[in-house]
Amino acid sequence: MDKTSKKPWLYLLPAILFLGFFMVYPLIDVFVYSVEEGYNFASQTYYGVGLYNYSYVLHDPYFLQAIKNTCILVLITVPLSTGLALLISLGLSSIKALRDLYQTVFFLPYVTNTLAVGLVFMILFQKTEYTDGLVNLLIHAFGGSTVDFIDGPYWAKMFVLCFYTVWVVMPFKILILTSALASVNQDYYKAARVDGTSKVRIFRKITLPMISPMIFYLVITGFIGAFKAYSDVVALFGTDLNAAGMNTIVGYVYDMLYGDSGGYPSYASAAAILLFAIVLTITCINLLVSKKHVHY
Amino acid sequence: MKIELQHLTKKFPAQGRKNRKEVIAVNDFSFEIPDGKLIGLLGPSGCGKSTTLNLICGLEKPTSGKLYFGDKDVTALAPEFRGVGMVFQNYALYPHLTVEQNIRFPLENLKGSEKLSKEQMQARVAEAARLVQIEELMDRKPKELSGGQQQRVAIARALVKMPDVLLLDEPLSNLDARLRLQTREEIRKIQKKTGITTVFVTHDQEEAMSISDMIVVMKQGVLQQIGEPQEVYDNPVNLFVAKFLGTPPINVFEGYIRQGNLYIGEEAVLSCNELLRESSAAAIEGKKVFVGIRPEGFVLKEDGAFSCQLSGIEVMGRDISVVSTHPSALVVTIRSIINAENYVNPSATQVRFDIKPNKVFLFDKETEERLR
Repeated sequence: MDKTSKKPWLYLLPAILFLGFFMVYPLIDVFVYSVEEGYNFASQTYYGVGLYNYSYVLHDPYFLQAIKNTCILVLITVPLSTGLALLISLGLSSIKALRDLYQTVFFLPYVTNTLAVGLVFMILFQKTEYTDGLVNLLIHAFGGSTVDFIDGPYWAKMFVLCFYTVWVVMPFKILILTSALASVNQDYYKAARVDGTSKVRIFRKITLPMISPMIFYLVITGFIGAFKAYSDVVALFGTDLNAAGMNTIVGYVYDMLYGDSGGYPSYASAAAILLFAIVLTITCINLLVSKKHVHY
Repeated sequence: MKIELQHLTKKFPAQGRKNRKEVIAVNDFSFEIPDGKLIGLLGPSGCGKSTTLNLICGLEKPTSGKLYFGDKDVTALAPEFRGVGMVFQNYALYPHLTVEQNIRFPLENLKGSEKLSKEQMQARVAEAARLVQIEELMDRKPKELSGGQQQRVAIARALVKMPDVLLLDEPLSNLDARLRLQTREEIRKIQKKTGITTVFVTHDQEEAMSISDMIVVMKQGVLQQIGEPQEVYDNPVNLFVAKFLGTPPINVFEGYIRQGNLYIGEEAVLSCNELLRESSAAAIEGKKVFVGIRPEGFVLKEDGAFSCQLSGIEVMGRDISVVSTHPSALVVTIRSIINAENYVNPSATQVRFDIKPNKVFLFDKETEERLR
C-alpha cells in the first residue's frame, strides 16, 4: 500500500471529527479549566495557572463527603449486584419451568421508567404525614420502630441508595450472565459428571472460569457506572444533596457548575479530573487483577 | 469388564413444535460386549449410536431395559459410580486448565477411602501421560495443542481414573485424514496395552472395520447386525448393512430368478446353487431380488457372463478400478476393482465379467433381508 496516501485518513475523518469535537476537545478543555486559578465565568478571565483548584476541592468538606458516599456506594453495590445477579442467573439456568416468566420479571426494572421507579421507592420508603411507608410497616410488624429512610440517619439513606442502585443495575447483569452461562458448552458439564465432580467444584472450577470474561466486564462497567452515580441520588433525595449529606462526586461537579452555590467551572473541572483519575486507577487495578483470574 | 445390554430402549418425548413425534433413539437393544474388546458402534448419523454410548456411560437413563457391567446391574447407577471413562467428540478439555490439571481433574474428585495423596495423583497423572505419550506437553493449555494432541489428552483424562470401560464418541471425526489413520492405530495400541473394554462410536465404516474386534451396525435406532468386521462384511444380513460397509461401496442391481439362475437384465449371471446355502433355488423361483456385488467380486473375462457399458478406468497403482454402467443397476456407476495386471482397453464400449459367487448377495425386494 502507498504509505503517503491520504485515503485512509479520509475514511477515518468522520470518526476523528466527531471524537475530536465531542471527546478530545472537551477533555482538554476540562483540564485547562481545572488549572486556571480564579476563573471568572462572566468575564472569562483568570489570575494565574496552578493547582489551587485541586487543593480547594480536596479541602472542601462537601467534596470529601461526596467521595466517601461514592466509595461506599461503589464498594457495596458492585460486588453485591454482581454476586446476586450471578446467583439469580445460576438459578434461572438450572430451572426449566417458568424460566421465561422469571427472566421477564427480572428484566422489568431495565425497561421501567426511572420516574415510575422513583415513585415506587417513595411508596416503599418515604415517610409522610399520612403514612410511614411500606417498609416501615414491615418493620413495625416485626416489632421495630419507624426509620426515616429519606430524611433520617445517614445509614438509612445509604441503605436506600444502595438498595435502589443494586435493583436498577441487576437486570442487565442477569441478562449478560444468563447468556454467558448458556454459552458454556454442555460437554464440559457432562465430562465433569462422568468424573463425579461435585456441584460446588463444577461451579468453582468450570463455570466460573468459563464466564470470567463476562463477570470481569460487568465488574469494570459496574465500577465505572457506580462512580458516576448521580441521577438516582437526585431521584431519591432531591437536588440539594449537600444538605442531605448524600452528594456524589458527579453531583458535586454539577453543583459547582449549576447549583445554587455554583458558577465555579474551575472547581468543577478539578473535581471531574479527580474523578477521572480515580476511575482510571480502579480500572487499571481491575485489569491487573484480571490478568490472573480471567480466562479468555 | 463385560457389558451386557438387555432390551435397552431410549425414547425421547415429543418436544417443541406440534406434529413432532416421540423419537425412539434406541429400540430394544440386546447384545453383549465381551471383556477387553474394542467395539465399534457404527451407523449413519441420527441412528442412535451416540445415545447408546450415553446410555452405557450413564449420561442418559434408559426408558426401559437393563444394563449390566459384569454381573452388576448398573441401569440406575450414576456415571461416576460405573467406573467409565469418556472421551467426547470435541474432547471437552477444560480450556483454562493446563494439560496436567486437566488429567488430574478426575482424581481430585475422589472422596473418602478413594482419596489420593498428592504424590499418588502425580504418579497416576504421569502414568496416563506416558501411556498416550504427551509427557512433554504437560504445561500447555489445550488451545496450544494440535487436534491429535488434544485427543490424547482427552484419552489420558479418561484413563487416569483406571476405569473398567472406556467410551469414545466419534474420536476421530475432528482430525484430518492423515492424523486419523495414525490416531486410530494409537487408540488400538492403547486399548491393547491396557486391555480395557472400549466402545467407540463412528459413522465411518472404514474406521470401525479397521480397528474393532467387533462392530455393531445400527440404523434408525434398530440394531442391524453385530459381529467381527470381516464376518459382517462377508455376510451382511440385509441390504442396508451390505451397502453401509465397504469402500468403494457394494454395487446393487435389480435381478430376478428364473430356472434356478440369477438374471441381471437379460443375462444369466450365476447359478443360484452357487449363491444359496440354506434355502434351495426352487423356493425363490421367479422372485425379483436385489443383487449386491462387491467391487472385488468382478473378474475380467472376455467371454464373461455379465456385460456392462464401460465408462472409464481409474488406475490406482496396485489395482485398477473399472467404472461402468448397466441399465439394471441401482447405482449410477458400477465400480469393480481388478488386478492391475489385467488389460482393459479404455476405448472399448463394453466390458465383460465373471462374478465370484461368494461376493454376491441376494436380498428380498420387499423386506431387503438377505436371501441365503
